[in-house]
Parts: sequence; C-alpha cells; structure tokens
Amino acid sequence: MAHQQKTSDLKKRMRDALKGGGVKAIKKQKAIGKLTARERIIAILDPKTFHEYDLFVEHAAKDFDMDKKYLPGDGVITGTGILMGHPVCIYAQDFTVAGGSLGWMHSKKITKIMDHAMKLKVPIIGINDSGGARIQEGVNSLAGYGEIFYRNTQASGVIPQISVILGPCAGGAVYSPALTDFVFVVDKISKMFITGPEVIKTVLGEEISMEELGGAKVHSEITGNAHFYAESEMECFDQIKSLISFIPWNNLKKAAKFPKKGPKTRKYKVDNIIPTDPKHPYEVRNVIKAICDDSEFLEIQEQFAANIVIGFARMNGETIGFVANQPNVLAGVLDVDSSDKAARFIRYCDSFNIPLVTLVDLPGYLPGIDQEHAGVIRHGAKLLYAYSEATVPKITVILRKAYGGGYIAMCSSHLKADFVFAWPSAEIAVMGPEGAANIIFKKEIMNAENPDEMRKKKVNEYRKKFANPYVAAAYGYVDVVIDPVDTRKMLIHAIEISSNKKEIRPERKHGIPPF
Amino acid sequence: MEKETKTRYKTIIVDNVKYKTLLTKKFKNRKPYKEPELNIIKAFISGTIRKIYIKKGDKVKAGDKLVVLEAMKMRNDIIAMTDGVVKKINVKVGEKISKGKVIIEFDI
Repeated sequence: MAHQQKTSDLKKRMRDALKGGGVKAIKKQKAIGKLTARERIIAILDPKTFHEYDLFVEHAAKDFDMDKKYLPGDGVITGTGILMGHPVCIYAQDFTVAGGSLGWMHSKKITKIMDHAMKLKVPIIGINDSGGARIQEGVNSLAGYGEIFYRNTQASGVIPQISVILGPCAGGAVYSPALTDFVFVVDKISKMFITGPEVIKTVLGEEISMEELGGAKVHSEITGNAHFYAESEMECFDQIKSLISFIPWNNLKKAAKFPKKGPKTRKYKVDNIIPTDPKHPYEVRNVIKAICDDSEFLEIQEQFAANIVIGFARMNGETIGFVANQPNVLAGVLDVDSSDKAARFIRYCDSFNIPLVTLVDLPGYLPGIDQEHAGVIRHGAKLLYAYSEATVPKITVILRKAYGGGYIAMCSSHLKADFVFAWPSAEIAVMGPEGAANIIFKKEIMNAENPDEMRKKKVNEYRKKFANPYVAAAYGYVDVVIDPVDTRKMLIHAIEISSNKKEIRPERKHGIPPF
Repeated sequence: MEKETKTRYKTIIVDNVKYKTLLTKKFKNRKPYKEPELNIIKAFISGTIRKIYIKKGDKVKAGDKLVVLEAMKMRNDIIAMTDGVVKKINVKVGEKISKGKVIIEFDI
C-alpha cells in the first residue's frame, strides 16, 4: 500500500469507530435529553483540547457469538484534555454501544487512563452511562469493576476524582462513583441503585419507580451520594468547570490563586444578618457571602443534610473550605447526616491543602430515638476525627450559640483550631440558659413561691454570666472577640500567617476513623 | 416573600430551648419508634411458607423453629423470639406471603 492509501485506510477506520452505536442508537440517546459520550467530553473540556486514545480497542468477548460483533471503542471513550486551564484525564461510557456495558477491554481502557492520571498527577473525570456488567463476558466483567475500584481507592486523596452520572449506573458500577470525591447528577437522566425496581418487586413485593428509587433528587436530598445536582447536562458541565477552578491538580499542589476581590457588601452586610435572639433562625450562607471574595460560594451537597452548609469560596484569591451550621434548617443541629457530610468534606480539604474556615452557631445534637438508633455516636465521632486529624490551617468563628458537645465538635481550640474568633453575640456554654438554669437551680425553682418567675430570674442570671464569649476567652479558648465587620480582615490575616503551617503526625499506617 | 418564609418556620426543642427553624423532608418523614412486639412473628421478607413445625396451643421456647419461609431461593427457619403458647397461625404450607405479614401470634 502506498502511504496515501494507508492514510485513507486509517481515516476509514476512524470514521467507523467514531460512528459509535450508529444513527438509530444516537437518536434514541438524544430523544431523552442526553448528549453522546464524545459530545459530552467536548462540551466539558476547553475548546479543541480533547485528545482521544484507544479508539481501536476491540472487545475480548468470545462466547455467545460475541466474537462476530464489532463494538466501536468497546463502548467507552478515553483521553486527555484541558479544563479551565487544568490538564485532566477523562473517560465517558458510550451508551449507544452495547448499552455502555462494561467488559474486560472497556475496563482496561478506563484503568489505563486512570493510571495515566495518577502518573501525570492530574484530576480524573469519569462520565458514567452504562447498563452495567457485560453479562456475556462473565467474571472478566466483574474483574474489570474490581480493577477500577482498586484504582479509585489508590487515587483517593492524591488526585481529584470526579464522577458524572449521565445515565444508568446500577449494581456494582455504583461503587466507582461512591469511592470518588465528587458525584454530579442530572434530573431525570441519572439513575443509581444497587438493585433495581424489578428485583425489589420480585423479592420484596415493593413497587417503586427508578426515579423514586435512585433518581438525581433522591441522591441529592436523601442519600447524600450526589454532591452536585443539575436540571440539564449543560448546567452540570458548568458546575464541573466551577468546581475544578477551586481545587488543585493533586495533593502536592495548592489550588490556583485568583485575583482578589472584595465581597458584595451592599447586598451582604455581615453585621446585619444574625438576629439577636439566639432562638431565631437566619441564612448562614449570607454570612459566608458577606466575607468571601466576590460573594461567590460554590456549595456542595446543598439539599442533603441542609442543617450544615459546606462548600468552596475564595478569600484574598485563595480557595477556602467553609463549614457552617445552618440555623435556618433544624436549628443547625448536628446529626447523623450532617456529621457525615461535614467530616468527609473536611478530609477532602485536608487532603488537597485547602484551609478550613468553620462558622459556628448550633444548639447541640439533634435529640431523638431515630438518631440514637441510627448511630449518631459513631457518625458524630467522624466530625471530631476529621477536624482533629486535619493539618491544614483551621480557623473557627463562633457567631452565636456554641453549646455542649457541639461546641467541641465544631473545630474548637481543643481540636487544635489554629485561631478561634468569636463575635460579641457568641454564647459558649454547656447548654442554653433555659436548660442550664433548670438543672442548676432546680431546687430554688421548685421551692419558690412562684416557680415560673424564679425560673425566669435564674435563666436571666445564667444568661448574663455565661451566655457570652468572655468566659471562654478568659481561659484562652477564644483567641479574639471581634467586631463582626472585622471578620474578613481577621480571617485573611489568619490564613496568610498560616500558609507555611506544618504539623507532623506520629508515624502510622493510617488511623481508624469511625467509618 | 419575607412573610411567606416566616410562616414556614416550625419549632424544634434542644435542651429545653425552643428554636424556630425549617424542617427537612427526611426529618418530617422519620418513623416514630415502636416497641418490638414479641407476641407476633412477621415476615421479614416476601416469600413462600414451605413448612410449619407447630400447631395451635403448642408451648414453644425461645429459639424453637416455627416455620420455614423460602425467599430468594433460601429456606429460612423462622424461630421463636420468646417463650409462649401458639395462639394463632395465619398461614398455610405453600402460601405466598408478602413482607410484614403476621405469620404467628402467641400468648406470652
């Protein structure tokens, strides 16, 4: 063959492979608001930066006449590219090819690009859209999943791992996203579950739709498996771009620094958000927006365990991980879900050199039989563990209530916060004045002529004496009591001064967190 | 707008203090605690009754086999949780039952 012929042969081979599952399958994919796998990658990455590998990989199935079938790229597209100026590795399962089912070579393509990401120390993005294991390939298909899970675990805390669920992701397949750092879902398109509605119906006699069992809303609100929820694929891609701008390429780097910008102080006035009555709610996101650069806050797991707010913002151009109790929801209490949610985020920030700012306003832990039986002891312990373990700069601002165990857990100086600031409205005490007075002055109240009046008197007495930041400040548990308007200034200085912070931990293989 | 949000606030109590706040769907949907009922045996999974070891009026001891419930291709021995006398048997051999059905009632 002449060179020209060889080149045109290559072009023909490429054309065949790029057809994916063919016109009919692609039409079906589009009909339900889905892009094709290759379109998705191109839409996520910066224009003209995608480089594809392993286009000519062929599947390895021999049985059930599979050897006669041609599956372009074996149902998955892999490559490298640039995202918001960051180099990334990326793969996307192609549902139009054999339902995106995972066979041995399909998994080899994925693990190969994952290995690349680890060697190049860049983020890996996986787009999931697959019917599950390729049953014709038997145990080799299971092996493929196992190889992926192993790599997810090895990469955890080394490179950012992002999973985008844009179709079904069922059975064992769900465990790859579950092992990664951030899971993105899209309404009506994402579906994740271990056992589907049909199995549930035959085994348990319970009927439920796919959407109600494992749709995007379920995983964003109830299970907490998803971190970002979008109404459309394009909105989802914008969220990925936004996230990637906040995080570093790997655990040896810091996140990219941005030009510094002041908060939008006209809209968010830091000294005008919190009601004076500690029993009244407010929106804690407004406090974050009042102190961070450009009032831009990227929230994570917005709907799940909304009694705690987590996410990224910048201060002086540097990425900061915010953890804040949300008095607007369940009074901002800690419970099973909120402890889980915050603890994982703290460990993420610690792994990727992102300083933590904690905003405290909580009455304590949520009382209830359901909480106790769901293991709030074990789950609550995760938060203590994560804060104590973290060695990134940790700065705490006590806005209002910091009662009891909640005070300790929310990055108190005892868990080695580097700096603890308190607003004058802070109340650092074992419990709220009403509860405390009832216990301490029980006899006086009972024996009084007018118990109600006595109770009121004693509550006021306690409030005056203990419901303030000065008792804790007198012991040095609070470093500075600050005017709320100085919060940003104080935080920026604390972050700057901590930029070379190093804490050496005792040598060990790893700790044993209360998983 | 302001007024609308205000009306949605509910109360939760922590350490004797009433806080105004919004509730989550999950919080509202939580199931109230029920004491375990030792005098009834319920199906923990849907399946088919393959064998009944006891009859009405039998005295049983905790740990005694009561019935075999086949589910997910497994035969599960259902055992008594407490001592008692069989008051009522609500199933027959071969009967298909769904999860939560009361299989046996005891006097304890």
